[in-house]
Amino acid sequence: MSTPAIEIIGLTKDYAVGFWRKRMRRSLDSLTLQVEEGEIFGFLGPNGAGKTTTLKLLMGLIFPTAGTARIRGCSIDDVRMHQDIGYLPEQPYFYDYLTARELLDYYARFSNYGALERRERVGRFLDLVGLASAGDVQLRKYSKGMLQRAGIAQAILHDPKVIFLDEPMSGLDPVGRREVRDIIVDLKKQGRTVFFSTHILSDAEMLCDRVAVLSGGKLQGVGAPADIVSIEVHAMEILFEERGKHPLPNELKEKATTIGGRYRVEVAEAELYPALAQLESCNARILSISPVRPTLEDYFLRLVGREETIAPQVEVNSR
Amino acid sequence: MSATTGPVAINTFREAVRDRVLYNLVFFALVMIGAAVLVGQISIGIERLVIVNLGLSAISLFGLVMAIFIGVGLVSKEIEKRTLHSLLAKPIRRWEFLVGKYAGLLLTLTINTGFMTLGLAAALLYVGRPLVRPDVSIVIAIYFILLALALVTALALFFSCFSSPMLSTLFTLAIYITGIFANDIRAFGDLASSPLVKAFARVVYYLVPNFHNFNVIAAAAHGEGIPFSLVAQNTLYAACYVTLLLLASSAIFSTRDLK
Repeated sequence: MSTPAIEIIGLTKDYAVGFWRKRMRRSLDSLTLQVEEGEIFGFLGPNGAGKTTTLKLLMGLIFPTAGTARIRGCSIDDVRMHQDIGYLPEQPYFYDYLTARELLDYYARFSNYGALERRERVGRFLDLVGLASAGDVQLRKYSKGMLQRAGIAQAILHDPKVIFLDEPMSGLDPVGRREVRDIIVDLKKQGRTVFFSTHILSDAEMLCDRVAVLSGGKLQGVGAPADIVSIEVHAMEILFEERGKHPLPNELKEKATTIGGRYRVEVAEAELYPALAQLESCNARILSISPVRPTLEDYFLRLVGREETIAPQVEVNSR
Repeated sequence: MSATTGPVAINTFREAVRDRVLYNLVFFALVMIGAAVLVGQISIGIERLVIVNLGLSAISLFGLVMAIFIGVGLVSKEIEKRTLHSLLAKPIRRWEFLVGKYAGLLLTLTINTGFMTLGLAAALLYVGRPLVRPDVSIVIAIYFILLALALVTALALFFSCFSSPMLSTLFTLAIYITGIFANDIRAFGDLASSPLVKAFARVVYYLVPNFHNFNVIAAAAHGEGIPFSLVAQNTLYAACYVTLLLLASSAIFSTRDLK
């Protein structure tokens, strides 16, 4: 069995809050997760769900209260692990006195490339993220979207095997988002693993092999986006139009909505056949019948709703 | 310098240059030109004394301001601006980052001091004083200033690993001033009758770095020789103290959560 790209085991993080009387607030609660090599893995959750905390723990920026993680079999405590990873922080900030070219050259030095190779790589990756013409402009003059592109370039500059992107589409216009999506797909084609957190659910549905949904610091579900949204069928949707002079039964007419002369009605799964019989009796033309499943967005919003009705964050015993 | 600390040091130096930190050299040049012109007119026979005294004091003061104000921001600025997040995702250990930042500021201070030394030499030549053998003591005095700045930078870096820039500035300045009077504190302790005061003065004397021993400006200004034993002692003392401070800084910073 091959080593997973990312293996998270019971990762927990408590933060101390309060000035005089310190209380511990749990930000991440026993997260256990495995991501296979070559996957595009989406990490979803509302604000404060623990997504960025997880990424910071994996990057060694903060230290876990409990649990551990391995990346390609190497512990996150081991600095050698960083040779194989790339990371784009949320709302990245860089040395604004540097140009994008200087910034990438600086980061490339940590991968021990020679001067010639650094120059070639920096040029290639600036081009890849669409910053070739702005490569010699100081970063303090960059827009948010341009900084995001520079951030993506520095994360993949050294050909890492596993790439962590925290909200990679944030701050980008539709064209930029599409370009980033293409970069992510290309990375997968090259056999790399991409782990990204996002609020933009359509991107997750479009790109990810699997997603994990986090809420209140706890893992709510992991699976293919299709698996997560097909957990249950809400209802059956019937699209039809009137034909001939037979009027529709009032019961159906009240439930239906009209779209350009056509009718759309949602009925419970058990009521599908009686509804079809009624439509047949009035000679209606049935255009389509399809199950109504929650989208990833519905799933997400339901989680947020549930979270709001419980406690916003979990507090643990003082130490 | 290792493959990871080198780039951090060079980047720290580049930051200082681009933030126009070296502009202080313009002020120094103005001070030296003003002094040389003025001294040439009003003093007879003591030009060297005045120029050397003023020049070395200015080198020390300018360097001190730079070491403290840039030093306290070395780590905190990177945390506050979150530039550390992408850097620490690269294969670099936290202690290597700290050593790199320290070396970068030391490089800036050394180059800055080098230029100021040239300014001082130019002022001495202007007042008609050719450089002579006793002027070696001026070079040694500048070396001691650099050693003191290395110590102050390490102190500022140490405090910036766990406190805000304002508090770090206060702590560093307080220790520097205490360190200047280290010998007086010891003498005061020896004279005190209370054993508690005696012990307290001893603890302070041994704990704070003794900056008094690094100040040979008066001797250099009078052209007195500085014994080699003092050079060796100060070098060793600064090296040990800086190493201890960097070790303590690394120990603190290596376990700190970066929010």
